[in-house]
Amino acid sequence: MQKVYSKIESIVGNVITVRAKGVSNSELAIVTSNNTQGYANVIKLDDDLVSLQVFSGGQGVSTGDQVRFLGVPMRVSYTENLMGRVFDGTGSPRDNGPSLTDNMIDIGGPSVNPAKRIIPRNMIRTGIPMIDVFNTLVESQKLPIFSVSGEPYNQLLARIAMQAEVDLIVLGGMGLKYDDYLFFKDTLENSGAMSRTIMFIHTASDPTVECMLVPDMALAVAERFAQDGKKVLVLLSDMTNFADAMKEMAITMDQVPSNRGYPGDLYSSLASRYEKAVDFEGAGSLTILAVTTMPGDDVTHPVPDNTGYITEGQYYLKGGRIEPFGSLSRLKQQVNKDTRDDHRALMDGMIKLYASYKESLEKKSMGFMMTEWDDKLLKYGRLFEEKLMDLSVNIPLEEALDLGWEILSDCFDPNETGLKSDLILSRWPKKMID
Amino acid sequence: MANTSGRVLGVNGNMVTVEFDSAIAKNEVGYIHVGDDRLKGEVIRINGNTAALQVFEMTGGIKVGDSVEFTSEMLSVALGPGLLQQIYDGLQNPLPELAQQCGFFLQRGVYLDAIPNNNWEFTPVAKVGDTLRPGDTFGTVPEGLFTHQIMIPFNLADVDWKITSINEKGTYGVRDHICTVEDPKGNKKELSMIFTWPVKKAIKLYEERLRPDETLVTKIRIIDTFLPVAKGGTYCTPGPFGAGKTVLQHMTSRNADVDIVIIAACGERAGEVVEVLKEFPELTDPKTGRSLMERTIIICNTSSMPVASREASVYTAVTMAEYYRQMGLNVLLLADSTSRWAQAMREMSGRLEEIPGEEAFPAYLESRIAEFYERAGKVRLKDGRIGSVTIGGTVSPAGGNFEEPVTQATLKVVGAFHGLSRERSDARKYPAIHPLTSWSKYEGIIKKDKVEFARQILLRGNEINQMMKVVGEEGTSVDDYIIYQKSELIDAFYLQQNSFDPVDASVPVERQRHTFDILFKVLASEFNLEDKKSVRSFFNTLRQKFLDWNNVEWESERFKQLETEIETLFMGKQSGVDPDAKKLI
Ligand SMILES: Nc1ncnc2c1ncn2[C@@H]1O[C@H](COP(=O)(O)OP(=O)(O)OP(=O)(O)O)[C@@H](O)[C@H]1O
Ligand SMILES: [Mg+2]
Repeated sequence: MQKVYSKIESIVGNVITVRAKGVSNSELAIVTSNNTQGYANVIKLDDDLVSLQVFSGGQGVSTGDQVRFLGVPMRVSYTENLMGRVFDGTGSPRDNGPSLTDNMIDIGGPSVNPAKRIIPRNMIRTGIPMIDVFNTLVESQKLPIFSVSGEPYNQLLARIAMQAEVDLIVLGGMGLKYDDYLFFKDTLENSGAMSRTIMFIHTASDPTVECMLVPDMALAVAERFAQDGKKVLVLLSDMTNFADAMKEMAITMDQVPSNRGYPGDLYSSLASRYEKAVDFEGAGSLTILAVTTMPGDDVTHPVPDNTGYITEGQYYLKGGRIEPFGSLSRLKQQVNKDTRDDHRALMDGMIKLYASYKESLEKKSMGFMMTEWDDKLLKYGRLFEEKLMDLSVNIPLEEALDLGWEILSDCFDPNETGLKSDLILSRWPKKMID
Repeated sequence: MANTSGRVLGVNGNMVTVEFDSAIAKNEVGYIHVGDDRLKGEVIRINGNTAALQVFEMTGGIKVGDSVEFTSEMLSVALGPGLLQQIYDGLQNPLPELAQQCGFFLQRGVYLDAIPNNNWEFTPVAKVGDTLRPGDTFGTVPEGLFTHQIMIPFNLADVDWKITSINEKGTYGVRDHICTVEDPKGNKKELSMIFTWPVKKAIKLYEERLRPDETLVTKIRIIDTFLPVAKGGTYCTPGPFGAGKTVLQHMTSRNADVDIVIIAACGERAGEVVEVLKEFPELTDPKTGRSLMERTIIICNTSSMPVASREASVYTAVTMAEYYRQMGLNVLLLADSTSRWAQAMREMSGRLEEIPGEEAFPAYLESRIAEFYERAGKVRLKDGRIGSVTIGGTVSPAGGNFEEPVTQATLKVVGAFHGLSRERSDARKYPAIHPLTSWSKYEGIIKKDKVEFARQILLRGNEINQMMKVVGEEGTSVDDYIIYQKSELIDAFYLQQNSFDPVDASVPVERQRHTFDILFKVLASEFNLEDKKSVRSFFNTLRQKFLDWNNVEWESERFKQLETEIETLFMGKQSGVDPDAKKLI
C-alpha cells in the first residue's frame, strides 16, 4: 500500500525534496540508504514537490535513496514503560532498552482551551531562599533560568528537580554536552529518582533536526501523564540550542530572517512549547523549568528576549547566584499570601534594602563619603549575599524567613527597615528588643 | 448560485495555495476539507486562478488535491444581543461552549454559534410603514445594564427600507424573524436580532466624527493627571517584558469610566486571561453595583493558538466595539499585545514571499496599524446620540528598544504614549510609566498649568539627580537638593500607585484633584531649611505622611487628620511661595 519514491530532486542542508502524490502535510517518512534508515517529516507541499526535513541530517543522503511515506505524523509511545528510560529526539532508545511502539500519540498537539484553565495555587518548595522567599516557584508555572554560559545552570536545574515534590520528571536535553548528560543521569540515579524520570536527549554531537523535536516529544509525554493525574516537572536545557536549530532550518528554507538571523515565528514557536505548562482541573499538572543561555550575557538577544515575553518570569543566574534584580516569578503573588503572614512584607522590605545597599556600594566605589547609614547597609548586603543568596544554602522557607529577620536585626533598628510596626512586634528577634 | 470550489495545490506553514474554478473575492472565507474536518481560511492573495488562503488552524494532514469550498462571504462576526460577558477566540468561537463540547483541548475545525440562543424581551420602536436605513433602530431589548438597540443590519444596501411587518412587544428568540423590510424595488428581507459584518471593514454609520475632548478616567493618577486618555482617543503602552503592561491594562479594564470594555488578549499568555475570567465575575463595578463581567467581552487568542486567527482577533474585537458604539455607548478596547498581531502579519507576509521591510515586517505594517487605530473615535450618530470607541494597545518591542517598526508606526498615530521603563519596573516603581518621556495630547482632569509646573520640577529633579551621581551630594546646593526632594515626593506619593492596595488601587477624580492641590502647595513652597541633612529628614517625614495618606479611605476621619498633619508640617517650614505658582493656586 505504501508507495516508495526513489527520485530525490534536491538536497539542501537537512531538507530534501521528492516528487510524490497523495502526501499530507506534517506526515512522517522513512528515508532508506544502502543500509541505514532514518526518519523525515513533511514541512512543505508544492503540487507534487514534497519538502522533508531529515532528522539525521542531509549529510550522506543520496539522490538514489528511497523515501517511504508512513501516512501518520510524528508520534511517541505513551506507556508506563517510558519510566527510567532514555531516548533520542526521534524517540528511539538511547539506552539499551527495547524500542517502544505501544499506544502512539501525536506530538505538538493542540493547546488547552483557556476557558478550561485554572488559577495556579500550589507552591513548589525548592529549599533555595532566593526562590522560595523572593521568587516563589508555582506548580504549572513556565519559567526559564537565564544564564551566562559557564554558570552552573544544569546543576541548579537538577537540584530543583531533586528537591521538588513531583511525581514525574521529564528531561529534554538539547545540544547537551555529553558530560552534562552524564551529570543528569548520575544525579538522578544517585538520588533514586531515575525510576520516575523520562529523558529525551539530544547531545551537541547529534543531528540538528533531532534537537528541534526534543521539546515536543518531552511535552507530549508530560502532558499525557499530567492528564492522567501526575504532577509532572519538565526540564528543558538548553532552549537557546533549540532556537538555534530553528534558525538553521529557517535559513535552509530561505525564510527571511527577522532579527539576527532568527525566523519571524521564533516567538510563536517558543510560545507553543512553553504554553503547554498547565494545571488540569481534577487531574495533574505540568510545570516547565528551562535553561536559556544568553549569548554574550545579553538579555536583549532574541532568544532570552522572546522567552521573557512568553514565560511567567525568569531566574537570572549570574556569578553563581540567583540575582534578586532581573529575577521575577510572576505567579508568586498567587501563593505567597498563604505561606506565612510575614512572607510578602519581608520579601519586599529586604529587596528594597538590598537595592539601597547596591547604591551605597556604588557610592563607595566612586569614593564618596560613607555615612553611618551606608555602613549599616554595607553590612546588611554582605550578610544577605552570604546567608541567603549563596546557592549552597539549602533551608526550608520558614527557616529562611527567620534568618531574614535575624539578618535585619543584626544590622538595623526596627524603624529603619520600613516594615510595618505590627509585624516587627511579632517577628523581630527578642534579643534585640531589650 | 453555487459557490466557488477549488483544490489544494500546496501547503507552507499555515498558508495553503488553492486552485479555484470561478470567481472569488479577497478576504473571502473558504473551508478546506481534510478527512471529516473543515478548516477555515481567508483568501489573502489572488493570482490568476490560484488563491493564497491563510488557514486559521494547524495545517497538518492537508494533502494536495484536497477540496476547498468558498463561501462568498468575507471573514465576519455575528452582532446582536448576548455578546456581553462572552469569551471568544479570535474568530468569535465561544471558548466555554467549545470546552463543553471538546474538553480540555481546542479541537480544530469546530465552529460554534457565537451568539447564544437566548430569548429577549423585544420592544419595537418602529411601526409598519416606517422607512429606515441601515443602522437605524427598529426595536430594543434589555441586555444587562444596557438597552440594546436592534438595528437594521449594517450590511444591507444604503437605501430606504420600508417595514412591512414587525412583531409586537414580547419575548422572542434571538434568531427568530421579528421584522420584515422591503427596499424601493420591492425586495424583501426578513430580520432577526442578529446580523453579520466583515471584520476588516470599519463601521461608518454615523453623522460626524468629533474631537475626543472628554477625559476617560482610569483612576490611575499618573494617567488621569499627567498623561490622560480621552473617550474616543487612542493610546499605546510599549515596554520591555515584565514592565507591567498587562497589569496596567487589567487595572484599566476594571476601573475605566466607560460603558463597555473589550479585552483582546492577542498572542499573550493564556494564564493572564484566566485571571480575568475567574476574577471579573466576582468583582463588582462600583458605578453600577453589578458584576464587572456584565460590561466585558473577552477576545482571547493566546500565543499558542493559531497565528492567523491572532491576526483576525484585533479586528473581531474592534468590530464589536464599533457595534456597541452605534448604540450611543462608550466602549474601551484594550489590546495586549499589538506586537503579536504585527508578528502574525509578518509571518504571513514571509510565506507569501513579499518583499520584507525593516526587521522583516511587511511594507504595509504602518498603514495597517494606522487603519486599526483609525477605527477609534468619538462620533455623533444619526439620531444625535454620542458614542465612542477608545483603543489602548500594548506594544512589546524587541529588546525593550522603542526604535523598532511597531512602536514607531504606533507612535505616529496615537494620541497618548505611555512608555514603560525597565529602570522603573526594576526599582518596583509601579506603574512603571516613564513620566518624562511619555506624552499625551488629551485634556486631563487637572488644569494644564499646574500639571506643567509639577512636570518642570520632575524634569529639574531628574537633572539634579544625574548631577549628584557625578559630584556627590556634597557638591549639590541646598536649593537644588530641595528641588530634587520635591521631585522624589511627586514620584513616591503621586506617580507611583500600588495596584494591590485596596484603597490606592483606584483613585477617583475628586480625590486626585484634592490631593494634587495639597501636593501642589508643597511644590510651590519655599522652605526654611539650612542644610541637606535637615532637608532630607524634613522630606522623609513629609513623604511618610503622604504615603500613609494614600492608603486611607477617602474623606474618612483618618484622611482628614493626616491632611491636617501634612499641612501643619510643611507650613511650619514654609518661608514663602514661588511667585509663578502663586498665580495658579
Ligand atoms: N502596578 C503593579 N503593582 C505591583 N506589581 C506589578 C505592577 N505591575 C507589574 N507588576 C509586577 O510585574 C510583573 C509583570 O507585569 P506584567 O505581566 O504586567 O508585565 P508585562 O509588561 O505585561 O510583560 P510581558 O510583556 O512579558 O507580558 C507582575 O507579575 C507583577 O509581579
Ligand atoms: Mg503582558
